[in-house]
Amino acid sequence: MTDMPDTTLTGDPSHDAPADHGDDAAGYYTPGDPIRDTKAPEGPIDERWQTRKFEARLVNPANRRKLDIIIVGTGLAGASAAATLGEAGYNVKSFCYQDSPRRAHSIAAQGGINAAKNYKEDGDSAHRLFYDTVKGGDYRSRESNVYRLAEVSTNIIDQCVAQGVPFAREYGGLLDNRSFGGVQVSRTFYARGQTGQQLLIGAYQAMERQVAAGTVEQFTRHEMLELIVVDGKARGIIARDMVTGEIQTHLADVVVLASGGYGNVFFLSTNAMGSNVTAAWRAHRKGAYMANPCYTQIHPTCIPVTGSHQSKLTLMSESLRNDGRIWVPKKKSDCEKDPREIPEEDRDYYLERIYPSFGNLVPRDIASRAAKNVCDEGRGVGPEVDGVRRGVYLDFSSAIERLGRDGIEEKYDNLFDMYARITGENPYETPMRIYPAVHYVMGGLWVDYDLQSTIPGLFVTGEANFSDHGANRLGASALMQGLADGYFVLPHTIRDYLADGPFEKIQESHPAVVEARQAVEERVTHFLSTNGTRSVDSYHRELGNIMWEYCGMERTEDGLKKAIDLIRTLKDDFWRNVKVLGTADSLNQSLEKAGRVADFMELGELMCIDALNRRESCGGHFRGESQTEDGEALRHDDQFAYVAAWEFAGDGELPVLHKEDLVYTAIEMKQRSYK
Amino acid sequence: MKVTLKIWRQPDAASKGAMHTYELDGVSSDMSFLEMLDVLNEDLIAKGEDPVAFDSDCREGICGMCGLMINGQAHGPEVTTTCQLHMRSFKDGDEIVIEPWRSDAFPVIKDLVVDRSAFDRIIQAGGYISVNTGSAPEAHSVPVPRDDAIRAFNVATCIGCGACVAACPNGSASLFMGAKITHLGELPQGQPERDTRVVGMVAQHDAEGFGGCTNIGECTAACPKEIPLDVISRLNWDLHAALRHGR
Amino acid sequence: MRDARASRSTITLKLLMAASGLLFILFVLLHMYGNLKAFSGHDAYNEYAEHLRTLGEPMLPFEGFLWIQRTTLVVALVVHVYAAATLWRRARGARTQRYVMKKNLASSFSSRWMRWGGLTILLFLIWHLVQFSFGKVNVAGGETNDPYNLLVDTFETWWMTLIYLAAMFALGMHLHHGTWSAAQTLGLTNNVRARRNAKSLGWILAVVIAGGFSLVPICVLAGVITK
Repeated sequence: MTDMPDTTLTGDPSHDAPADHGDDAAGYYTPGDPIRDTKAPEGPIDERWQTRKFEARLVNPANRRKLDIIIVGTGLAGASAAATLGEAGYNVKSFCYQDSPRRAHSIAAQGGINAAKNYKEDGDSAHRLFYDTVKGGDYRSRESNVYRLAEVSTNIIDQCVAQGVPFAREYGGLLDNRSFGGVQVSRTFYARGQTGQQLLIGAYQAMERQVAAGTVEQFTRHEMLELIVVDGKARGIIARDMVTGEIQTHLADVVVLASGGYGNVFFLSTNAMGSNVTAAWRAHRKGAYMANPCYTQIHPTCIPVTGSHQSKLTLMSESLRNDGRIWVPKKKSDCEKDPREIPEEDRDYYLERIYPSFGNLVPRDIASRAAKNVCDEGRGVGPEVDGVRRGVYLDFSSAIERLGRDGIEEKYDNLFDMYARITGENPYETPMRIYPAVHYVMGGLWVDYDLQSTIPGLFVTGEANFSDHGANRLGASALMQGLADGYFVLPHTIRDYLADGPFEKIQESHPAVVEARQAVEERVTHFLSTNGTRSVDSYHRELGNIMWEYCGMERTEDGLKKAIDLIRTLKDDFWRNVKVLGTADSLNQSLEKAGRVADFMELGELMCIDALNRRESCGGHFRGESQTEDGEALRHDDQFAYVAAWEFAGDGELPVLHKEDLVYTAIEMKQRSYK
Repeated sequence: MKVTLKIWRQPDAASKGAMHTYELDGVSSDMSFLEMLDVLNEDLIAKGEDPVAFDSDCREGICGMCGLMINGQAHGPEVTTTCQLHMRSFKDGDEIVIEPWRSDAFPVIKDLVVDRSAFDRIIQAGGYISVNTGSAPEAHSVPVPRDDAIRAFNVATCIGCGACVAACPNGSASLFMGAKITHLGELPQGQPERDTRVVGMVAQHDAEGFGGCTNIGECTAACPKEIPLDVISRLNWDLHAALRHGR
Repeated sequence: MRDARASRSTITLKLLMAASGLLFILFVLLHMYGNLKAFSGHDAYNEYAEHLRTLGEPMLPFEGFLWIQRTTLVVALVVHVYAAATLWRRARGARTQRYVMKKNLASSFSSRWMRWGGLTILLFLIWHLVQFSFGKVNVAGGETNDPYNLLVDTFETWWMTLIYLAAMFALGMHLHHGTWSAAQTLGLTNNVRARRNAKSLGWILAVVIAGGFSLVPICVLAGVITK
């Protein structure tokens, strides 16, 4: 398998010598000891998982029902883990803030799920999927984890098919595959544009089966508000019943966070309204390191903002860029005109101009950044929101001429319908308007090979952890990772930890439990008694604007420092001046949001510090100071080939940076080029 | 534009609710319906009044969390979810009546928020294929005729929003159940549990207090995913088969 | 639900409803056909009425077939009404808090009127049996032991014809939705085409049966059928 040259990284001579600059983030953090994953076995990369599975201790079936597992989140990673651990006979408690586990935001994933089945016999293999994923992540992911992901990907498909997931099939009745996100093999399994939905329903049904069997107890409309750590180990959570307002203590032997990503720190994103960082952030404050929080994926083809009322952004499949041409007017004075009246010579097909060989198909981050640049120049189109037109045209007129309207309908009809429904414009007649939006975060809580965080007994799966996608995620890989973690990885690694259990029973009167509970109650009381003048949403919106402006597609030292100041001021004001009405003992959506926004503020600051520290451009992270003469992202492997794992040092204290060096034995680091 | 909103307000499950009237100005036709309610809530908060509670999450029409009765129609005048309904479907000066789903099996929690956990319990009663993780055979070992796979997919797009129940004069959840029965029943993997699945799910449906189906078709007209009535026929057929098999 | 039984479900009630409904469809179809004998005149009609009593002889005793048929129909009626009443009660219990505003989008008037329409037909049925089978009531005051003359006397009274026409309208409506609904409940409409066919069949049966029944009273009133 390992036919790739074994090269340990020592810095890439092709790079420009690192610019002589100081530590950008000096004064914003405290340097800490290096951190290392101690769980991945040594040896050839394709044998590590087998070895780990064998070495991880077993739990006697008779003991399993005495072991309590809390799982927070019911998306692909959470529901699949709940189902699998329930089947194994553990006592699982599953929490979600939605009214049903089936509504977790994994459901919105459109494109597909990768798996190295090689059904097309086009040269795919676990090794190639591994290679593509590491390369796609711009060499900022941990190779052992990624290899394992590629390896178990095939089991996921078998499992889902057996559960009745209706994947697309060919006439012969076998599964269909397509190529996705620019890779050269067809390894993406899909269920029309609703793959996430179908996979989640499969996992949800498997979990409901365990609810019926009595191994899983589900707590819907419950929000985790604090982690309980006793003697250095995660032993439970404090949750709020969102209907009655009751603050509940749930104790367990182990806690799993599968609580998703934190893209909503930007206020506007493609995430669900309720997606939040609270579970992860509370764990971070209790000792779990947060890794690479600045790695954000921004998706270029979303429907633009129409006004200050906008609550969320809707993604449209990237496949639209296969046939649509992206342009803006050359002259600012044309921006208000009907696009059909702007003659060809007055249009700037900027991607085709700047990147002649890839044109409209440049990677997500490049397309996104270019769109922001032209809009910042004042050449954006569509409605003016806060003084700027944020939109570029995605024009299908030449494709319609070439393929005919029928041809376009066949390929994109559902997307065109969706666009028309949301915007009220007919994309067959006028060009679509698109703009980038925050879509996914690669950063998350730091975990080792076992998916265990720096708090023993706290495991983190899915988008909530950091491990597999590096600085950028490939299309159709998020679903793969969520299910790999939940079905096939965590159930094996968690047993090694649980083999020491059941742990000593703790009482609700234990000081650590009482402290956690009080902290939650105090926060609730604070929000309800502040009686300020501004709504929670207005703070969230402002935080989002700061993040988008300074920690969005392009980040600079000055901008990030400014953002940190702005966030600190905003946070201060928030705690003194927020207005939350209603009571604690009923459904109170403002109160729920207040807690989430409070945590987003702290996270936002850390994201900026992380981005400030990483004076290089990699994947979804673009530092203005680190680009080639042509404006291309420039990595600095000699300085930044590490995972930045941040430790919370206390309120008002500087975060502590622990570096995990990334060592590649099965792949060689290369700089990308799309010219 | 300006609209008059008549909204059901109910502080909690135990209290009695009533319709309240609100005037809202400055509504843009580009707003989604829920964004319009967000704006109303910001106004209410500014005035020190309790904002209107309503459910929504993905706001892109797929999670099934949102669902309001708008002017007597589940999810409003378009065939889509409430979150995908836009204010351009209304005119300046319109009066809009907003109520929660009405079903005794979906008790109101607050204002426009209802408890749909009955749907989870129906799924728990058999809406799955029993296959433990790791015990699945190789995916290509069982080919599935393409048309069957397509039909299974089409009905598996149900988002569990509850509009079918809300629209049904009998308060029946037959369309929801039929969609799951048909999805799993179309596939070879779903055959072994076909009888127990339908019997379990229907028994749970009845125990939850949903009404019986009278095949009148309001559900399918309200369904944002356009699940067809055929699935109820399939549900009935499967129940017969279970009866014949002595279940 | 571990103790779940298919036989105790609402769908089983509906199956019973569909099965009994199909018996009624068969019955009204034959009944309507028999009524058209009125166009053949007094003797042919009365002979047909008499023949019904001797049908199946000598295997069956006098009126044997009629009693078998009556028993079957009474059982079917009890089942049909019981199932309807139970489901009606369930439906009322499923939504105790009504909507302030509710629009009907897809349902036909006939489908929404099944219960009240059914009740109308039931009341009519009682009157009809009193008038023609058990009680033999001649509203015109004439003889009651001659079926043909009783028929003509009845429908020469304009308001009797009106009552019967109204009842036939109710029956037509009931058949229109009932036929399709039975097909759906029996699980025979598992695709678009079958669904369309079942709906068409509903229309056809409604028009043929209600229309066929209505011809006789109309023609009596119009003077086409006379003593």
